[in-house]
Amino acid sequence: MIEEQFASGESFVHHLDPRMKIITAFIYAVVVALSSGFPALLAALAVSLVLITLARLSMRKVLYRLVVVNGLILFLWIFLPFTYQGEAWFTLGPLHATREGIAFAIQITVKCNAILLALIALLATTPIVTLGHAMGRLRVPDILIQLFLFTYRYIHVIFQEYDRLRNAMKARGFVPRTNTHTYRSYAYLVGMLLVRSYDRAERIHKAMLCRGFRGKYHTLSQFSVTRGDVAYFMVMVSVILGMVLIQWKAIR
Amino acid sequence: MHISEGVLSAPVLVTGAALAAAGISVGLKKMDPEKIPQVAVLSSAFFVASLIHVPIGPSSVHLILNGINGLLLGWLCFPSILVALALQAILFQFGGITVLGINTVNMALPGVICYYLFSRLVTHERKVISLASGFACGFLAVFLSAILVALSLVWAEGSFTEAAELIVVAHLPVMIIEGLITLFCVAFLKRVKPELLGGRHEKRAW
Repeated sequence: MIEEQFASGESFVHHLDPRMKIITAFIYAVVVALSSGFPALLAALAVSLVLITLARLSMRKVLYRLVVVNGLILFLWIFLPFTYQGEAWFTLGPLHATREGIAFAIQITVKCNAILLALIALLATTPIVTLGHAMGRLRVPDILIQLFLFTYRYIHVIFQEYDRLRNAMKARGFVPRTNTHTYRSYAYLVGMLLVRSYDRAERIHKAMLCRGFRGKYHTLSQFSVTRGDVAYFMVMVSVILGMVLIQWKAIR
Repeated sequence: MHISEGVLSAPVLVTGAALAAAGISVGLKKMDPEKIPQVAVLSSAFFVASLIHVPIGPSSVHLILNGINGLLLGWLCFPSILVALALQAILFQFGGITVLGINTVNMALPGVICYYLFSRLVTHERKVISLASGFACGFLAVFLSAILVALSLVWAEGSFTEAAELIVVAHLPVMIIEGLITLFCVAFLKRVKPELLGGRHEKRAW
């Protein structure tokens, strides 16, 4: 259930230096999030599509992901055409849909999906552990990185624990319904999960102390910048600058 | 209750990021480096718990548990929730990078508020008080989160008002369920492992 769906692959994007990917993904996401004009946003969508094509991911999986995470956007579509002030375009009973409202709804939809596609192409194609180490190299506080890596490491273990507890409940004939019994059972399940995690953490900590843990997470991973990385970085920075220019012209 | 990428405006994103950074640095200051495994494993437990769907009528909702997260971790719920949201953004693309700050604040700030309001009360000897504050903690945490999400949306764009109102109303059943789950969970922890309650992972308490 919890797996890194896009992390393995042999594409150009998969082999890029993770530090470059993090930096460019971050700047790109910020620039797109702050853009509002259609020329800039359509350019962004095109760039994201190129990135996702380069990453050679299963289009079915990518599309499925996009559908799942567009929930809030769909929800806003119900309202925006009718609540945004502007010139009426068509009327639905007492409601007037405005041209501007629809334009705004399209704008946030394009924006959201352009950023998401870029995040899938750049971040989801890097294994979490590598991302953690790369963020460490980028001077993200050590303690946050450790928290990030440990949490990810133990999600799997605790998910198994959860699965076991769940199966035990099922074996005893538990059927979830809308009643207090169900909520109480789930609450005890969560409580048990927390208690077991806490006990496990104690054991982990002792084991780590035995192995000489002193609050520092050493890594053996070495990152090296290749010519391909430099080329990618230059192209991506120029593309982002181009988008900034287009957006700048649009608002002037 | 994640806000997606591309919906909010620059001032909201920047304010969210700044507030999140402040909360996280308070959290990290209070965190004993020795306690990283404990905090991380509890964060994983909350991550897994948030994948649990509980039925409500014909539909189902997933647990949020930011109230109980606050009770257990105090200010450390800021880094804990940041890490969980970052993992969700990378693994499932829920939320995103530019909204990471504001989403962290919307979930973690209510947790910290609940910690200050209820961490003493839930361990009260009188059962009524302890149970009532357990319910209030779960209910209030989700209520405040819904309000913060609604405020972020309205601040970004006035025409989100109706949608924002509906988000708060639609979360009323979730608040009740979270209240019940937190109530039972606190009662369970009090019996089984009382030392977990009360933000004991903060440095000064050890």
